[in-house]
Amino acid sequence: MRSQREASRAVAEVVGRCRPQVVPAYPITPQTHIVEALGAMIRAGTLSPCVFLTVESEFAAMSAAIGASFAGSRTYTATASQGLLYMAEALFNASGLGAPIVMTVANRAVGAPINIWNDQSDAMSLRDCGWIQLYAPDNQAAVDLHVLAFRVAEALSLPVMVCMDGFVLTHAFEPLAVPTQAQVDNFLPPFRPRQVLDPGDPVTIGAMVGPEAFTEVKYLSAQRLDAAVNVFEWFAQEYAEITGRRYHAVESYRIEHADTVVVALGSAAGTLYELADAVPGVGVLLITMYRPFPARVVRGLLAAARRIIVLERAFAPGAGGIVTADVRAAVAGTSAMVHTVIGGLGGRPIRLASLHAVVTADALPDIHFLDLREDVVRREWERDPTVSAMEVRHVH
Amino acid sequence: MWQIRVHGRGGQGVVTAAELLADAAFRDGYEVQAFPSFGSERMGAPVTAYCRLDTRPIRIREPVVDADALLVIDASLLRLPETLAGLRTGGWVLVNSARTPQQLGVTSTASADVHIRWATVPATALARRYLGRVVPNAPMLGAFAALTRLVSLTAIEDALSDRFTAPIAEQNIRAARAAFASLQQVVTSDAQSA
Repeated sequence: MRSQREASRAVAEVVGRCRPQVVPAYPITPQTHIVEALGAMIRAGTLSPCVFLTVESEFAAMSAAIGASFAGSRTYTATASQGLLYMAEALFNASGLGAPIVMTVANRAVGAPINIWNDQSDAMSLRDCGWIQLYAPDNQAAVDLHVLAFRVAEALSLPVMVCMDGFVLTHAFEPLAVPTQAQVDNFLPPFRPRQVLDPGDPVTIGAMVGPEAFTEVKYLSAQRLDAAVNVFEWFAQEYAEITGRRYHAVESYRIEHADTVVVALGSAAGTLYELADAVPGVGVLLITMYRPFPARVVRGLLAAARRIIVLERAFAPGAGGIVTADVRAAVAGTSAMVHTVIGGLGGRPIRLASLHAVVTADALPDIHFLDLREDVVRREWERDPTVSAMEVRHVH
Repeated sequence: MWQIRVHGRGGQGVVTAAELLADAAFRDGYEVQAFPSFGSERMGAPVTAYCRLDTRPIRIREPVVDADALLVIDASLLRLPETLAGLRTGGWVLVNSARTPQQLGVTSTASADVHIRWATVPATALARRYLGRVVPNAPMLGAFAALTRLVSLTAIEDALSDRFTAPIAEQNIRAARAAFASLQQVVTSDAQSA
């Protein structure tokens, strides 16, 4: 049954129903409401046995999470933006060592300039740290993906990031179905760690590995990560049998007769569905699982597309679209034209009208910045002597 | 789809008003969505919140531009051009004021081609009277219900009961009822004179 609440609150509730045992967390906007609500539940004793660790930084949060996970505890944390970047070193350790931690990333821009609003630069910058990355298209998915995340993480002994657009999703108030405790218990068995630190039965986790085996260790972890595409689908099917809500690594909408397919991750989904309803010949491909990248599925679904537009909420300065590179590799050898549209940076809304103009335009450049304020850009160019000296305008 | 913007200042319960309206409308059978304009939540600073109601699931998440109705909790915000921006012709503007729209002088400020339906409610006075505090969002919602008939007063009362603890909820409900009654009179007299 659906009832209304702020999405952050719903995420905290569903994480609580996954029975975490340790929650080390450090506050950062726009993730804060989630861990505040969890902290209140833990303090009230409703999640017992569960410990909330107040730590001094995000680096400490992830380090404590790794320790807790290897002590045999189901472990959860949440962060965003600079906080995620501050965890970077520990993130690689969590995946490399195989700690099945689940973490919410309330996606937010990365400074400078400082900006608290939404884009996906934070999670995108750490797409290759060996974690499974899921991007929630809406708040119901954000709720459900957390339950799936724990199941997939623990089945593969790999950490999972559940990314949800900061503010746009986290701070929205809407009717949501949070699976009941019985439904979650039915789906998610108690955590049985693959290996555990136990003074009674000592093992070493994280010993140095030299050139004789490092390649093999990395190869095996990559294989394990790739398996997440299928593992996610199995568990998503099982989850659907319990809740009636089915998720896929990649979702498609109106692509059967689409000449143009817009590819996106996250909360732009709903706006794109409206766009596909309004403009004949436009379909949508929504990537929920971005790491591992389900390249075969993407290639299959894009087989008939003549034009592919990848809508990205982040970009790689000096290179272009980030997701575009993955999509291009997936459709290599086909005749589809692939364009990048960068939108929604630092909290600028991705508007239906703007996307409508993009898909119906006569021509689209390789890379297009949605709703770029040309007057502001021109003014800055005109007053900056380095621009004319380096002929930046011509290159651009 | 109904698209509503709430304009007020930090501390007036602007975001809560949008959430309560969504909560009430959901109880009346609508699909709903409410969210704040993020990052500006400081005491006294202008704050905007958005609410959408529809009979089918709501998929878009961009801020409301083409509003069907505005709840203006602080009348001084009418001086900002963005407050009335995008309002559809025939749209409602409910202003928290003890004065009539004519007395406020707002009816002439609108451009001639946009027909705006103005209404006022003394929400601050009602909040002071029933709550003893200047949080005028519940009477604004009561007045909005009377004005638009979009949501029922019962649903607003239920939403308030769920949101607040018993004594605070009761005070807010009484303020909302008083506002509903005062606007109902205005709406009825308009209908009779028309």
